[in-house]
Amino acid sequence: MTKSIENFHNKVAEIQPLIQIQQLSLRYQQKLAFQDITLSIPQNSITAIVGPSGCGKSSFLLCLNRLSDLIPGCTVSGQIRLGTLDLLSHKIDTTVLRRRIGTIFQKPHPFPMSIKKNITFPLQEHGINNARQRDRIVEKVLQDVGLWSEVKDRLQESALNLSGGQKQRLCIARTLALQPEILLMDEPCSALDPIASGIVEDLIVRLRQKYNYTIVIVTHNLAQAKRIADYAVLFWVDGNCGRPIEFAPAKQFFNCPEHLITKAYINGSKG
Amino acid sequence: MIFPKQHGVDRVISVLFWIVPLLITAIFIWILSDIVRGGIGQLNWAFLTTAPLDTGREGGIAPILVSTLLILAVCLAVSLPIGIGTAILLAEFTPKQNWFGLTVRRSLDVLAGVPSIVFGLFGNAFFAQTLGLGFSILSGGLTLACMVLPILIRSTEAGLSAVPLEYRLSSASLGISRTSTLWHLLLPAATPGLLVGLVLGIGRAIAETAALIFTSGYVDRMPTSLLDSGRSLSIHIFDLSMNVTGGDANAYASALILISILLMINAIATWLANKYNCSYD
Repeated sequence: MTKSIENFHNKVAEIQPLIQIQQLSLRYQQKLAFQDITLSIPQNSITAIVGPSGCGKSSFLLCLNRLSDLIPGCTVSGQIRLGTLDLLSHKIDTTVLRRRIGTIFQKPHPFPMSIKKNITFPLQEHGINNARQRDRIVEKVLQDVGLWSEVKDRLQESALNLSGGQKQRLCIARTLALQPEILLMDEPCSALDPIASGIVEDLIVRLRQKYNYTIVIVTHNLAQAKRIADYAVLFWVDGNCGRPIEFAPAKQFFNCPEHLITKAYINGSKG
Repeated sequence: MIFPKQHGVDRVISVLFWIVPLLITAIFIWILSDIVRGGIGQLNWAFLTTAPLDTGREGGIAPILVSTLLILAVCLAVSLPIGIGTAILLAEFTPKQNWFGLTVRRSLDVLAGVPSIVFGLFGNAFFAQTLGLGFSILSGGLTLACMVLPILIRSTEAGLSAVPLEYRLSSASLGISRTSTLWHLLLPAATPGLLVGLVLGIGRAIAETAALIFTSGYVDRMPTSLLDSGRSLSIHIFDLSMNVTGGDANAYASALILISILLMINAIATWLANKYNCSYD
């Protein structure tokens, strides 16, 4: 295990790290979800976190913008650094942090409001009071996610009437509207049908190319990770709690992994 | 062999399942038709707009109607803000296993089952005597507020707790503050629950007799302030049917008015609940 952690540090030296995570652990009351994660998230690239269920991938994502604060009984220890900021510090304003680091969830949850209001409501919350400016942002982000032509004539209709894929794209749009620097995505395609899933996947790649977003995506779908990721991390359950066992550029990760478990997982003989 | 027997049992059970709701509906219709038959003859505009004469045998119910609505208004003005506030505190700011939350919830459940006469005596001792409000609409309304609060708090809390964690996470992930989330997302979602609690509460309050006899009193004059004693509809009905010979016809008519008000409030609440009902799937 120490050897692979050394490997992480060697990798860190090669890439431009944006978020540096050190000895991060998370527990739900008594149960340890993951322990001692040391990892760097590279800038302007897509990092895919893969691994079996229950290895702490989603919990890990929740820590990065302190959404874990909302989960009853959840405690986080360790260090997460974004530049010089210590993200786990009590001094951090979480509303600003979450504006900088947006999250897309597995199941889209648009608010029970109109399509437009779903985007303008968070904007208003962040002090964008000029209605014309908000309208411009609505059009821009809906175009970014490819939803504009589908909904431009029914912006006032309830967002709950959209299809699953449209809902997910709307949720991505309302996150993009806040101009985050980093996007965390927790299996954004797994609740969608194959066609909608493909559309969202293309969108992720497009966002990365067009705006140079840093994206961290948790996925069960190895083929998807292989298609879109620049870097990949494998989380594994090690003695009842999660732990990353290999971190590498995606090509190397999928073609010639170092770790035996990674090899077995990629070949489908484990996990 | 098994199937015909099963079939027979199924039949009996489904007949039973039909009989029970039919019986309940029949009882409701029986009461309603009895009240309508007995009261509709007395009912006219003058009945609603004139004062009672000859201890209620003649004349109308205008001051009683006004007192009832004033008592109800006091009750709601006090119980709604306190009720919603407490529900928010319990559902949003108190951890589930916290001793404070557990104690408050347990107390509320006990309070919800306390007989109304006990509330009446408490109201008389506390509001009428200790606070010196006397037999007044204010005393009555405050006592009713105490009665309604447990129902209101528990149903609003249930409405708030029913909103899935994912909505709170989605909202927080967009950097929306807790207050805004509560105001724009959680409270609208809890509105149907709140309305159900409100209807049950108002139903309990407006039909209340025991708690009001000791607090808002008996006086059937038109109230001029909240510190005047005022007779509620239910007490009026009780008085006419128990203490006034020859008051039955007006008692029926008053009961008809009472039940109409209840049905009206029920209909409005159902309409509002449907209007605000947003599906959180």
